[in-house]
Amino acid sequence: MSARDAILKRLRERADGPLTPPECDFAVVTNRGWSPEERLERFERWITSVHGEVIHVATHDWTTALVDVLTAKGVQRLALGREHPVAAEARRALVDAEVELVDVDRDIEAWKREQFERVDAGLTSTLGGIAETGSLWLWPTPDEPRLISLVPPIHIAVLDADTLEDTFFDVVERPGWAGGMPTNALLISGPSKTADIEQTLAYGVHGPRELVVLVRHAGGATEAGA
Amino acid sequence: MSVQSDSVRPHPVQAYSPREFHRQAHDALGNPQIRANFRKAMDGLMTKRHDSFGDWDLEILRELGANIRLRALAKLPDLLEQLEANCEANGIRVHWAEDGDQACRIIRELCESHDARSVIKGKSMVSEEMHLNAHLEEAGIEALESDLGEYLVQLNEQTPSHIIMPAIHLNTDEISEIMHDKTGTERTRDVDTMTAAARQQLRERFMAADVGVSGVNFAVAETGTLCLVENEGNGRMTTTVPPVHIAVTGIEKVVEHLRDVPPLYALLTRSATGQHVTTYFNMISGPRKPEEHDGPQEVHLVLVDSGRSSIYQDDELLDTLRCIRCGACMNHCPVYTRVGGHTYGTTYPGPIGSILSPHLMGLEDTKDLPTASSLCGACGEVCPVKIPIPDLLVRLRRESVGEGRGNVPGAGVKRTRKEAAAWKGFEWLATHPGVWRAGTSMAGKLRALTPSRLGAWTDYRSAPKPAGTTLHALVKQHEAKRHQADKAAEEKRP
Repeated sequence: MSARDAILKRLRERADGPLTPPECDFAVVTNRGWSPEERLERFERWITSVHGEVIHVATHDWTTALVDVLTAKGVQRLALGREHPVAAEARRALVDAEVELVDVDRDIEAWKREQFERVDAGLTSTLGGIAETGSLWLWPTPDEPRLISLVPPIHIAVLDADTLEDTFFDVVERPGWAGGMPTNALLISGPSKTADIEQTLAYGVHGPRELVVLVRHAGGATEAGA
Repeated sequence: MSVQSDSVRPHPVQAYSPREFHRQAHDALGNPQIRANFRKAMDGLMTKRHDSFGDWDLEILRELGANIRLRALAKLPDLLEQLEANCEANGIRVHWAEDGDQACRIIRELCESHDARSVIKGKSMVSEEMHLNAHLEEAGIEALESDLGEYLVQLNEQTPSHIIMPAIHLNTDEISEIMHDKTGTERTRDVDTMTAAARQQLRERFMAADVGVSGVNFAVAETGTLCLVENEGNGRMTTTVPPVHIAVTGIEKVVEHLRDVPPLYALLTRSATGQHVTTYFNMISGPRKPEEHDGPQEVHLVLVDSGRSSIYQDDELLDTLRCIRCGACMNHCPVYTRVGGHTYGTTYPGPIGSILSPHLMGLEDTKDLPTASSLCGACGEVCPVKIPIPDLLVRLRRESVGEGRGNVPGAGVKRTRKEAAAWKGFEWLATHPGVWRAGTSMAGKLRALTPSRLGAWTDYRSAPKPAGTTLHALVKQHEAKRHQADKAAEEKRP
């Protein structure tokens, strides 16, 4: 008998007989009832508590803030997609800037070392955020592959304020999740960190040292009280 | 800043065995460095856990966590088949292993089929349990740990001393020394500098690795998704950069629905390290698609039984399989805090290790572990999925002396004829009141004859002596007095 069949047989022929599955009440992980302002305040509080940086911007000129961030951090080579509106708008805004734009729509095998060693920052869109934990959720695509939010030392993520959900549970309950998981779905809550050396927190151990979240507000940045 | 090299030497590399628990505990208790390192770390972790649940109705959340795990176990064979079908539909190849050796062979053969010479590993306790690194190295395949703590422990030729924080037994000076000795890193007390050095060393290895091996925190049957929880990003690197990703996990890690994951994740991070969330929650549902530009070309899932299906047979022992490997039970264990993780000599130390290891290794080797507890109950109180760990410790103590159901390998190994006869005699005495009373009153009369030295017990304490009058006699006297007083009071009444 194969290992598979033997294991399943033992589990099915359980000595103490079949088990009764208990009911699960998920009320404790949903229905927070937060207002958009509370959601934003919580998101910002939690993500900044783990060294995430939050910058509030007006949706119509978010790229001005992007240019400022790139300048302030001395980014010379920025990896970004092409088709997503975030990437397309960034490309247009940076056409005259002194930042080299690195295309990511090529197989990693062709530029692994380049991405690991010669890219200063990666720019990605996000699908939304989670107020309760200060998390971003991303579904990497061919246009914005997995590694640009991981390998470069700085990750710049663009989040629309009105896409914040209260809890992780609320996110996975959205239509389209359980029914159509992508190859890779991610929650990102801050820059990479470790406390493996005597409980001392250090950032940027394998992934980005810095995470900058540009929070876009349709009505302008001041709406957030920023 | 540099430190004196002679003052701090990393602990000598040493093989630990659960058979030597008592000797190892004795050694650890006599090592002030070990005791200080663990005391400091555990105190911090207990406080952080407590604070992190501040906003929550923890009891309701624990109840939900326990029920999700119980539901998954109640449907385990069906969920494993569903997981397999959905993973395969997503392009993840699923393999089954009866034990650790078979799982090691499966992984080695997968590596060999890709001519892999170097494997980069994300943290996986199951791979520790089956000694995967040693197995691969025998086949000439180098396996390198990439979680910083695991990396340091591997450099120091040790095993993890904690399931979440593998290098918790080492302090900054010791780690500086290890990195200097093994990688030529300049000695420093600056944690950022050491972390940056490790980042540099491991980035080369991520790029060069032929295969990435990771564990799994939750495997979602409904979607065929493997969930990984981490802070460092090494897990994402391991599962994204090399062309092949092999995930290995115990068969109990499956959950039914995607919606089961958020409550367990909320419990896991807070219980483990007091974090409200980890940096990354990585959900993998397949290999790279033709139109995608990164991610592994192949993803494999190895499901390991290794004694789990035998734990599954017994209604009481089954609770052991609810565990989500947060480590809160060890963080709160007064025994673990004092003797440290290596003393147990097992992959899983602390209370969860003491109830799990006997099944994985047999009671012959692990008979002392269920007694490595004061039964104070802290482990059961903090367990995020409400495993009644103290009850299970007692059950395994019973099994070890042949008084249980015999459902644990090596049951009865601790039974001695002398002890069994002694308890039998005690039982007879305790159920024959006349003899019992005569015996205890005799003991009181002969109390002067009891020895004043009783081995280690009397090193720091005075020897116990039977009381001159038994409790039974005292109660009788007391009752007689009260009766007299009542009678006198009644007579006085007009």
